[in-house]
This record gives sequence, C-alpha cells and structure tokens, in this order.
Amino acid sequence: MARIIAGVASSHVPAIGAAIDNKQTEEPYWKRVFSGFEKSKEWMAKTKPDVAIVVYNDHASAFSVEMVPTFALGCAAEFPPADEGWGPRPVPVVKGHPELASHIAQSVILDEFDLTIVNKMEVDHGLTVPMNLLFGSPKAWPCPVIPLAVNVVLYPPPTGHRCFMLGRAIRKAVESYPEDLKVVVFGTGGMSHQISGPRAGLINSKFDKAFLDNLTKDPKKLTRIPHLEYMREAGAEGIEMVMWLIMRGALDDQVDEVYRFYTVPASNTAVGHIILENRKKAAAKSKVKRAAAHAKTAVVRSK
Amino acid sequence: MARAQHDYDDIPGTFVFDAERSRQGYGINMFCMSLMKEENRKAFKANEAEYLKKFNLTPAQTEAVLRRDYNRMLELGGNIYFTAKLGATDGHSFRHLAATMTGSTQDDYAKMMLEGGRSVEGNRSKSGKSGVGSVLGEQGKPKAVKAKAKAKAGKAKSVKPKSARSKSKAKRK
Repeated sequence: MARIIAGVASSHVPAIGAAIDNKQTEEPYWKRVFSGFEKSKEWMAKTKPDVAIVVYNDHASAFSVEMVPTFALGCAAEFPPADEGWGPRPVPVVKGHPELASHIAQSVILDEFDLTIVNKMEVDHGLTVPMNLLFGSPKAWPCPVIPLAVNVVLYPPPTGHRCFMLGRAIRKAVESYPEDLKVVVFGTGGMSHQISGPRAGLINSKFDKAFLDNLTKDPKKLTRIPHLEYMREAGAEGIEMVMWLIMRGALDDQVDEVYRFYTVPASNTAVGHIILENRKKAAAKSKVKRAAAHAKTAVVRSK
Repeated sequence: MARAQHDYDDIPGTFVFDAERSRQGYGINMFCMSLMKEENRKAFKANEAEYLKKFNLTPAQTEAVLRRDYNRMLELGGNIYFTAKLGATDGHSFRHLAATMTGSTQDDYAKMMLEGGRSVEGNRSKSGKSGVGSVLGEQGKPKAVKAKAKAKAGKAKSVKPKSARSKSKAKRK
C-alpha cells in the first residue's frame, strides 16, 4: 500500500530560482535564505520518497486567462520546465508518475472533487523552486513528481477548507494504491506578500508565524480563514497559502514538526518553510480512527 | 455598468483580480501573454500602438499600456503575473515595477523590503472595520486582545524577532 509519510511547505519565490540559476546562492542576501534549507535537504536525502505530490500554482506560464482550472492534476509522463520569458529554467525535466496520478484523479473525482486532468503541461518556478530547495540541483530529480496546480491567481481561489478536504481525499486515494510507495506532499507558495498595486511590499510576520504554529497544531482553525483575511493580513498574493492546507489535509491530525524556517525577505516575499511528519507509531491507531470517520460519513450520506 | 462592490474593495492599494476584472482585462492579459515570444516582443517594440490593435483594448487600456501605468492596468483588469511580462519586455526588473506601482524609488523600495517590508498596520482597511471575522485573532483586533495573543504567541516555538532580523540585515546591506 502506498502511504503519505510527510508534508513539506515552502515558498516558491521566482527570484530564489534566479539566484540558483545565476549562481548567486553564496551572496550574503541569498545565503540567508538558502542556509535555511540545508537541514531540509539532509532530511529529504534521508527520507527518500518514492513519489512527491507537489501542490503549486502556475504564474501565467502553462495557463493564460483562456482557461483557469481550479485544481489541475498532472497525469503526464513528464513535465518540461516552462519558458517564463527568459528561457526555461536550467533544471531537469520533471518526470511524472502517470499511474499513481490517474489513480488519484479517479479516486478524488468519485469522492466529489472535480479535478481537471492534464496530460500535457509545462511547469514553472512555482513547482521547480521548492524542488530545488529540497532536492538541490541534481542532474535528474531523485523521484517522480505529481504536479497539482491550484488557481490562486484569479479570485476566488478554492477556500482553505476545500483545499484541506482535497488533501484528505488525496490521502485516501494514495492509501488505496496497491504498490508500496512512500509519498511526500509539498504545499508551496506564500507566505505573506503582495506584489501588485500601491500596497505592494506588504509583509506580516505575525500572521505568518501564527499560520505556521497552527499548521502544526490546529490546522482546522486555518481552514476557517476567509479569503478576505488572507488578502488583508497577508497581502493579495498571500492567499497562495491555501495551497499549504492541501498538504496539511493529506497528513494525520497529529504530526511532528521536524523543522521550521522563516526569513524576510526574498525579493518581495516572506519565506516560510516547515516539515511535518506523520507519527510512525500512531499509524495503526489512526487507521482505525479513519475507518470510524468513514463509517460516520457513510451514515450521514445515507440519510 | 459600474463595477459591483465587494468586501475586498476595502483593502487599500489593492486591485483584486476577480472574475469581472478577468473578463474586462482579457485583452491586456492576452497581449502580455503574447510577449512570451521574441518575434512578438520585436513587433510590439517596433510599433506599440499598432501592435495593440490586435487585442481589442479599450482606449483607456491602450493608454495605460502605452504609458506603462501599471496600477491603471491592474484597475482595468490586468493581472500582475501578466503585466510583469510587459515589464520584462522593457528590460525592467520586478523591483522597477514595484517601485512604479508604489510610487517610490527602487532604492527606497528595496530598503523597505530589507527592513521587513511594508507593515500591515495602517494598511488593512479603507473603512477601519478590518477586525471583523478575523480567524487568526490578533491581527486586526483591538489592543487588549492583541496583547493577550502576543503573550500566547511568545510561548510558541520562537523564530528570530523581526526587529533583530531587520537590524542585522540592514548592517549587511
């Protein structure tokens, strides 16, 4: 059986990608950012997931305003890096996991999450920057990746609650996949930032820290944050943080926070990063609990 | 028809890219999208007004693009991820765009970011009714509640305080 072992959240600032591509990571400004991911890379090398599900958003690269899917799941065998106006980033082609991806699509759609299935897609910095931060800059990415693109550009994005529940459904899908695979889920974007209009440059570290604290301990509280609060408190583009809740929803209720990093700024953005692990010992117990939860749902539905 | 009013119109200095703006700004955004191709960038630079005719812009939108009035483009339905492509076509950094939109110099904008960014204090609301319905609590509420929340936050896992961070950064730069 496949299982989700951990979740990672990380900002996906494009300038971080540019700093990697232009070899500026040792400059003091950037070293401050990259040093916060050294331990994370060690953790990832030790964890060795078989598959990563990366929740991210496209920034007018693969999707223009012609089509704006709310949730788009990448089911292709590979996803080339997009040309974002300066040529594609010099990173390896992202290899997919079409079998698990289509299994997830089928499972969550029947679970009433109407995903868009994407069989051809280029991926931009939203996906590749967090991969660099966690995997470094290898010649080939160490594991296949299932991209899940979420619309957070055109208002309204899906609600935090919807995202959390989709995470739950993804977990159920993963756990019903027969092959023995270790899966890590990435939630990307954020934290507080606004890059548009006269209020550009907004940062709210208090909000970010409260968000990080609750992400570990009380994620359900975060699912109640209305879009207005994200935009007001964390900046118009801070609303990207709903994507972190998909990752969180895919984990156990109780998790261990194994690492956290926060720094301001990278370009216009507060950089936040956290690693959450499902508890190994509790695995059997939570299975029982989840079965009970499913049973409850079934009763409600049959009314 | 006048634009419908929304709760988020109360956020100062912010043009939320919603479905209405997306419809209104379709031409601006598709024009910007076309600039992903080198031949289109060349054609645009050769004759801007002529090139724009292909995109069915309103006169106000055309003027905003020609004048590189980025805030006006956002107001008329442009989205920042798209308009940034126009900035890149001009050879401008994002910092240049940010300085233009915020009415500051690039150096001042960069300095503000290094010092921890634009504070949310005083930037939450045009009407002053920002605390209503806030979930994470302390952000928009009166001072008494704020102090309590602060004490609570102090117990949580600490990350280096903002003031200390920005000080050390200021030295570095």
